[in-house]
Amino acid sequence: MPSHPKLAEAFVKDKERAKWHDQSLWFVRSKRDKAVHQLPEWELLREQASKIKSYVISHLPDLLEQFEKNATAKGVHVHWARDAKEHNEIVHSILEKHQVKRVVKSKSMLTEECHLNPYLERHGIEIVDTDLGEWIVQLQDKPPSHIVMPAIHIKKEEIGELFHEKLGTEKGASDPQYLTESARQHLRRKFIEADAGITGVNFAIADTGGFVVCTNEGNADLGTSLNKLHIACMGIEKLIPRADDLGVFLRLLARSATGQPITTYSSHFHGPKPDGEMHIVLLDNGRSEISGSDEFRRSLNCIRCGACMNTCPVYRRSGGYSYSNTIPGPIGSILGPAHDTKKHSSLPFACSLCASCTDVCPVKIDLHHQLLTWRKEIRLKGLLPFSKRLSMKMMGWMMQAPRLYQFAGTCARWVVPYLPRFLLYNRFNAWGKQRELPDIPKQSFREWMKKNHDRK
Amino acid sequence: MTASKDHILSQLRKQSVPASELPDLQQAELTQQWITYPDLSEQFTELLASIKGLCLRVKNVEEVNQRLAELPVYQESKQICSLIPNCGQPNVNVNEITDPHDFNDVDFAILPGEFCVAENGATWISNDGGPTRTLYFLAQHIALIVPASEVVPHMHAAYERLTFENPSFGTFMAGPSKTADIEQSLVIGAHGARSLTVFLVDDAF
Ligand code: SF4
Repeated sequence: MPSHPKLAEAFVKDKERAKWHDQSLWFVRSKRDKAVHQLPEWELLREQASKIKSYVISHLPDLLEQFEKNATAKGVHVHWARDAKEHNEIVHSILEKHQVKRVVKSKSMLTEECHLNPYLERHGIEIVDTDLGEWIVQLQDKPPSHIVMPAIHIKKEEIGELFHEKLGTEKGASDPQYLTESARQHLRRKFIEADAGITGVNFAIADTGGFVVCTNEGNADLGTSLNKLHIACMGIEKLIPRADDLGVFLRLLARSATGQPITTYSSHFHGPKPDGEMHIVLLDNGRSEISGSDEFRRSLNCIRCGACMNTCPVYRRSGGYSYSNTIPGPIGSILGPAHDTKKHSSLPFACSLCASCTDVCPVKIDLHHQLLTWRKEIRLKGLLPFSKRLSMKMMGWMMQAPRLYQFAGTCARWVVPYLPRFLLYNRFNAWGKQRELPDIPKQSFREWMKKNHDRK
Repeated sequence: MTASKDHILSQLRKQSVPASELPDLQQAELTQQWITYPDLSEQFTELLASIKGLCLRVKNVEEVNQRLAELPVYQESKQICSLIPNCGQPNVNVNEITDPHDFNDVDFAILPGEFCVAENGATWISNDGGPTRTLYFLAQHIALIVPASEVVPHMHAAYERLTFENPSFGTFMAGPSKTADIEQSLVIGAHGARSLTVFLVDDAF
């Protein structure tokens, strides 16, 4: 898998777009701040959320069994999947049994993680993503670049062009209102024609056997209320013990995600309709292993609000596609290496350790600490790229010898301004790609201190 | 199937995870900190307006009818459904419909809501699972009729009222359906209702 800097290259080159992307996400982060400041008890809520989630992870097997028992009592079929392959096979077998040809799906990062769409398509089933952003990227044959706003990286003109080509909207039209209306008309037909609805799960409640799905568009509800068959797919960490806990989580989720006080629809499903069928697929796919790790266990607290991406200076400037993992940003850079360390070994380095993610995370995951811990693990596993190994060695060596450090600084101040570009900006200097070195100061801090101090 | 279940559970039980306690959300130290508002229905009205919904406080169902008649989206509606007795001028008989797809052309639906939440502008609705559940999402415009006394301050109070003992469906609806998936521009009317009006009604109906 190409590294983060490699994958970010094209995005960063287009300076204007990178800036626009950065500002769009910062706009969402600011909306989050505004919403948060309206609740004096915000920190208290975060603490409860974090405690509840820690409890969940420490009691996961019992809670899962309790959930299964209560869901089954309400008429739900509960399935267990060890990995993505098994998950997809289960979903397919349910659809096949009902002779389903057309499925509408609401947003679910879990089905992205499992690559469910291509799997079902290979088996001759049409599957339509009905969240507008996710549908846009589906039309482009691409994955979401953000977990809450899947098409945040695409400009409206490009969406206009895409819709013109795929839906026959007017050429050159790029008005969001017009484009959304065209999507509404087109997808309404898909909703009406579908034979089954698939949704993700935001929270599953152990003591009631129900689950909650949050959307703004109403797509999950249209997809499931029109059809007799509803399949919900969830990671095993999505559990919460009691319905009351939703009071805490629903207050945190939308405010953290987009700055809304709550999503437009927070739907509570407890059992199928009288004449319908409801299935829940519980997926492990490496989660049980993370639960055993003292360092990374808390990453399972994640409620997928996306706040850590919106605030991350690296994500904002490099885009979701620069992350080799389905889930990008700070949390993705922790979950990715946990799943496949070698494949995602560059992700924990796509981080300035500014800790902004840790500050905004509604469930208090110590994101930047975990990223730092991953760096150590990756070094210990010998997975560091050569250029990083080399520069870290040199740095370590120099830091241990103060005189050498001083001498190197003096040399740099004298020499660097006169060096030819190829010596400064070469393949060993990843920092210098698309970036210029700042002007070199004439004095070091030490020299400055000495001079100013002596004068007194 | 059971093999996978056993595998996942034993995998989880194998891990040593330090025990941790579940916080009591009912404890006074917490509940005293939850936000309060001097006037719940006023706060609800303000909040709903900020998320592009409309809340109207009325005395009785007759007044609902008057205010409905003034709404341009209601005037323009051709197919109208109502689940509230004597409310609106319905011309689609919900009792005759068994397939939810037949609600596809409904322009305006007048539906019951159970209670409202002041902190976020949401209204709790529930449905026994019949075809009318679809109406809440498929109708172009929606009016929810809620007793004015039924406004709770926050989500904790909301869940105190909810039990999920039997198979059921329920949702918090907060404003009309919306999306900002194209360049963060807010567009109202994504897949669900294009407008949402909540009537808080003083008299019993
Ligand atoms: S890690 Fe925290 S901030 Fe990031 S998506 Fe998960 S819950 Fe949100």
